[in-house]
Amino acid sequence: MAKNTPQPKKDAPAGTTVSRRDFLALGAGALGLVGLLQTGGMALQFLAPRRVDGEFGGVVSAGPAESFPPGSVTEFPDGRFFLARAADGGFLAVSRRCTHLGCAVSWHAADEQFACPCHGSHFDLIGDVQNPPAPRALDTYPITVRDGALLVDTAQAQQRDSFAPEQLVYV
Amino acid sequence: MSWLNAMIDRLRYRSVPPPEDRSRMRAVANNLVLHLHPTRVPAPALRFSRTWGLGGISALLSVLLIATGVLLMFRYDASIERAYPAVQAMETVIPFGSLLRGIHHWAGNLLMITVVLHMVRVFASGGFRGERRMNWVVGLGMLVLVLTFNFTGYLLPWDQLAFWAITVGTGLLIYVPLVGQAISDFLLGGPEVAQSALRNFYALHVALLPVVLIFGLSYHFWRVRKDGGVTIPPQSEQVTKLTTIPHLVTAELGVALITLAGLVIFAMAVPAPLEALANAAHPPNPAKAAWYFLGVQELLMHMHPLAALSLAASGLLGLAVLPLWDRDTSDEGVYFRSQTGRRAGMIGAALAIVLTPLLVLVDELWLDLPTLLAPISTLISNGLLPLLLTLGGLAGIYAGLRGALRARHSEALVGLFSFVMVALVVLTAVGIWFRGPNMALVWPF
Repeated sequence: MAKNTPQPKKDAPAGTTVSRRDFLALGAGALGLVGLLQTGGMALQFLAPRRVDGEFGGVVSAGPAESFPPGSVTEFPDGRFFLARAADGGFLAVSRRCTHLGCAVSWHAADEQFACPCHGSHFDLIGDVQNPPAPRALDTYPITVRDGALLVDTAQAQQRDSFAPEQLVYV
Repeated sequence: MSWLNAMIDRLRYRSVPPPEDRSRMRAVANNLVLHLHPTRVPAPALRFSRTWGLGGISALLSVLLIATGVLLMFRYDASIERAYPAVQAMETVIPFGSLLRGIHHWAGNLLMITVVLHMVRVFASGGFRGERRMNWVVGLGMLVLVLTFNFTGYLLPWDQLAFWAITVGTGLLIYVPLVGQAISDFLLGGPEVAQSALRNFYALHVALLPVVLIFGLSYHFWRVRKDGGVTIPPQSEQVTKLTTIPHLVTAELGVALITLAGLVIFAMAVPAPLEALANAAHPPNPAKAAWYFLGVQELLMHMHPLAALSLAASGLLGLAVLPLWDRDTSDEGVYFRSQTGRRAGMIGAALAIVLTPLLVLVDELWLDLPTLLAPISTLISNGLLPLLLTLGGLAGIYAGLRGALRARHSEALVGLFSFVMVALVVLTAVGIWFRGPNMALVWPF
């Protein structure tokens, strides 16, 4: 490449003129660069992840609110989340993806906690970290209530550092 | 033109090689594969303890992996519905399927070991300095390539082991600041390990990476000859040069046959593992990464992922800049530089054997930094602090060797290198054998 980069000619006044040869070489180089960028862009777009409708990522209907007693946790395997109902009746859709390295947590009813088998993180019913290495509370999915039934939108997990009361949804 | 060759020979060599030597040399020069060798090799470079045959074994395993891998491709399907049944069929009904998969699996694992040992050997004999520095960096790139090969191949059986090792491995990537999530999504073709991930990993494993490997290996070999062959200590008298046929070729053939025989016998005795079909809802307990990542996974048990990643990255960076860091070529080819260097290496290894398990135990059982320094963010108490302590400890070892042993810079680096490598081995061993259900420390015996 060093050969192609135009050097100011010793006899030409510095910074004023570029010879026709140098100009064409520079132009050809620039065109080549644009072509390379285009090809790279094409390859990247070709390879980029695509989301398919109807798979995980859509809205999951969880059913009527009264079928979940307070203090219970129900797993929705297709939605990759747990529906947790706090003791005061508030709902939370807790993602099953551990915030540490992405393993699936499971609910242990006897200990009242979510446990991740990969690196030993524990979370309580509302997803707060009880035992590291997990750096933050389990992600949640937004819940909407329609005619007393709960709908969970799994398109985008919501990150949070820890539990706050306003995250709970009441019917 | 043979008279011209003869004249050049007369100018190059003090005495003309005997006629049978000349025909042997011509045989090497005129054969595509043998031409990777010079026609004659200095006698000291032929001693087995100069190389331990590690580069050659790695090259042989690469060829074997390509041959067995191509065969496996004829019976495999990169779809999440059919991949696992295809591998099951290999294990049960396809003639020699289990053996071929076993050879491919164990050759890949063995290659991981031989390339690391090859790097250790080149480091120990000082073969990374001067004009060899380019090839050291290329070799390091090939080491990362072998790691990528193993990582992408790990997913293909689509069993529980595969699924969760890749989930954890890509989960680690997400902690890379700014670009981590994007890289992970791109590799997996989505937010989780699913069909797109299997297809992507398959294409990488059987198409892109092999092409890089073949070009990389060719360049690596060519560079070895350009840089003057195997590093040997400065010789006081005229070195005798022996013809490649038979002196080098028979030795290579012997090592190759022993490796092949050992590998096939091992693959017959121990089939490649295959666990239950991947289940995205239930990670096995404990869920572990592939064994060559367990050193890093063990680090993750003790510090924030960002700190563990930084530590791994500084190790790799240290190796990459080693040719600039240690330019003292006076002890070229002498194993461990000198008696002092040898002692520094022993001290480094001994320190790692004592300190690493001790630190693992202390951190696991007594020390809880995040609780101890509660108001401070875990990013500092569990991330920055352990990272700085570790790097400070390494600097302390270097300084201690310089002071107590009066070691030169390059001798103290031997101690540092040996500490880091042995600590990595210890961490890996802890991860493989001493971590049980819920990743709690267990006694395996």
